[in-house]
Amino acid sequence: MDSVKELLILLISSSLVSNVVLSQFLGLCPFLGVSKKIKTAVGMGTAVIFVITLASAVAGVIYKYVLQAFGVEYLQTIVFILVIAALVQFVEMFLRKAMPSLYEALGVYLPLITTNCAVLGVALTNVQKEYGILAGIVNGFATAVGFTISIVILAGLREKMEYNDVPKAFQGMPIVLITAGLMAIAFCGFSGLL
Amino acid sequence: MSKVTERLYNGLVKENPTFVLMLGMCPTLAVTTSAINGLGMGLTTAAVLALSNMIISVFRKIIPNRVRIPAFIVIIASFVTVIQLLLEAYIPALNDALGVYIPLIVVNCIILGRAESYAYFNPPIPSLFDGVGMGLGFTVALTCIGAVRELLGAGTIFGFGVMPDSYTPIGIFVLAPGAFFVLACLTALQNYIKLKGEKAGKDRSRFQSGCNEDCMNCSDSGCARRFYDTGAEKKEGEN
Repeated sequence: MDSVKELLILLISSSLVSNVVLSQFLGLCPFLGVSKKIKTAVGMGTAVIFVITLASAVAGVIYKYVLQAFGVEYLQTIVFILVIAALVQFVEMFLRKAMPSLYEALGVYLPLITTNCAVLGVALTNVQKEYGILAGIVNGFATAVGFTISIVILAGLREKMEYNDVPKAFQGMPIVLITAGLMAIAFCGFSGLL
Repeated sequence: MSKVTERLYNGLVKENPTFVLMLGMCPTLAVTTSAINGLGMGLTTAAVLALSNMIISVFRKIIPNRVRIPAFIVIIASFVTVIQLLLEAYIPALNDALGVYIPLIVVNCIILGRAESYAYFNPPIPSLFDGVGMGLGFTVALTCIGAVRELLGAGTIFGFGVMPDSYTPIGIFVLAPGAFFVLACLTALQNYIKLKGEKAGKDRSRFQSGCNEDCMNCSDSGCARRFYDTGAEKKEGEN
């Protein structure tokens, strides 16, 4: 599982081919909610990359050395959600003390990610697909990069869309969903990549 | 109307979680590739919702306000685990079809939303039926969306062919983009009804989620911000 070639394939497939938002519908809420401006979308994307990579590492270690060691794998859902919630709070406190400039940039977005279904989704997928810890981290990172790519593209489209004349009933969320649908069609094109 | 039937009506029609409140959109899009999947997901969520609502309501006087969200999460996650194990044992086909979306019921904002806005303030029996009503409302919505997508995308409903042979299925509706288009039309319809209601002078603003925010425009996935509000403002039940 852990040869470099396989990890590279995993990187591409998790970020582009089975994009977390556009083909798996995880993390839809921030995708639709924080994509009004490119700047905030980039901030959110960075925070998501940071948290998901860290969370998949921690969840992987806990799964292997605690849950599996004691034979209580069925507790994974409960343990993962609590670990992620605690981790996000811890990261926030750490950043505030140690790296104020990074905290300035990510701080607002961190609390929003706690129960983001993408974070829990990645941790659970890693277990389901029986990735090792390293492959799990790569998968988490790639998934988050895929999220960032799609949220930044959507934000760019939405900034342009401000000036368009949209039918009244379709203003706001519906037109954003249509845009996301068109993006999903475009991302379907990646499925021939591997 | 008795309290129980009032709760059921409220969940199914008046405050339908999908069509009116727009809560829990991730599973709504992901698992509605066919009517049967929508039905299965809806019933699973309904079971978790009803049970966790009841237990949270039983313990509502013991759970301190400050740690209520983690407490809710642990209760919800326990029920999700129980249900997942039951599905694995008795309906493995459904478990395979829904996959990772079953454990993800934990972060479905319908469940936390109902715990926050109803179960934490009301006695167990109404809370149980609030959960049943909301869960059934969610089930009906998911089954309908699933049936539409299945009909357009594969020409069948619940696996039975209903379209004439000459009908060419529009495959995109069972794929990811189709979900976005169906939801877009649904939201547009809701907007249209809202606009019409506003013109007629009706106030629709009372249709809200547990956190007093419009879920479709809320960046706060799973209402995570509540993890952090340590201020002990105990809201009065809004219902």
